[in-house]
Amino acid sequence: MRVLGLSGSLRRASHNRALLRAAAAVLPPGAELEVWDRLAELPAYDEDLDGAFAPEPVAALRDAIAQADAVLIATPEYNASLPGALKNALDWASRPYATNPLRGKPAAVIGASTGLFGAVWAQAEARKVLTTIGADVLDAELPVGQADAAFDAHGALRDPELAAALAALVGALIASSHAALAEAA
Amino acid sequence: MTTATQPLAGTYTADPIHSSFAFAVRYMGVSTFRGTLDDVAATVDADGDGIALEGVAQVASISIRTPQQFRDHVLSADFFDAANHPAIGFRAADLELAEDGSASVEGELTIRGVTHPVHAEGTWAPEAETLSGRRAHLALTATIDRTAYGLDWNADLPAGGKALADDVTLTVELALVAREQE
Repeated sequence: MRVLGLSGSLRRASHNRALLRAAAAVLPPGAELEVWDRLAELPAYDEDLDGAFAPEPVAALRDAIAQADAVLIATPEYNASLPGALKNALDWASRPYATNPLRGKPAAVIGASTGLFGAVWAQAEARKVLTTIGADVLDAELPVGQADAAFDAHGALRDPELAAALAALVGALIASSHAALAEAA
Repeated sequence: MTTATQPLAGTYTADPIHSSFAFAVRYMGVSTFRGTLDDVAATVDADGDGIALEGVAQVASISIRTPQQFRDHVLSADFFDAANHPAIGFRAADLELAEDGSASVEGELTIRGVTHPVHAEGTWAPEAETLSGRRAHLALTATIDRTAYGLDWNADLPAGGKALADDVTLTVELALVAREQE
């Protein structure tokens, strides 16, 4: 079972990257999380660039999604919404609509922010976009607020309730992927 | 409830190290955010007929220091408008201290230049001789509606409800040191 992780924040010390690592650590046995780290390499979406000869990073993103059993997105919140780089990646991934690799793909969104609200609005926006694209989006959120103090030295969430909620959320995502695989078989 | 005849006498100043002004507010419907204002000055004047209480807390001393964006938002006009209203003030003329250790007061609270009457309740400890002078203690709690003072920032949560509650619980702990007669 392979989960593809996307962090909406590009900076190296990103709290959302840290949140993906914390998610990877609580995956059920037999599941692994691989972070696709090339959002910054994607050009701005341009239909003229798309088609059979899409730019290499675009093809790599679509392949990575296609080969994954599920997608887990960790997003910060920029101006009450998801970051442009993440939206751009989802826009590339969504084309062509009828056969895009996110169609029917189990997906979940989590998020961390340094404020109190843990990117809760950005998560809602990301779920809306994923649902529109046709992904099978988990109707759950994981808002990690005050993110600069949220992780312990081992990268785990300090708050036991949040840590349990994260484990439950990734567990539900994996269960949804198993169900999708069983249906396809 | 009977009122003690000589609960406190003279003038007391709050020891800034051992006094605190704390607030707590619910957010996202499920969590509680707590913070403090560290720079608090208060006096209790039990010289006259009633016991007067007066206190000032500096908004800039709020415990929200980082991230800068969070601090800036709380000090902005969405909340305290600290540039125009740097301090929070409280005054009451008639602090009631009961024999059973309970305390209550009707006072006036000023935040952001807006003043409203506030009822606060709590406990007190009578004066005792300590290594650092004659000391007493007063703890008061009140719940206020922050929007009545113009701290009315809020946002709709995606799943319904509001981001931040209107009610804020204020808790003041005053370590009172008797001012020696001159």
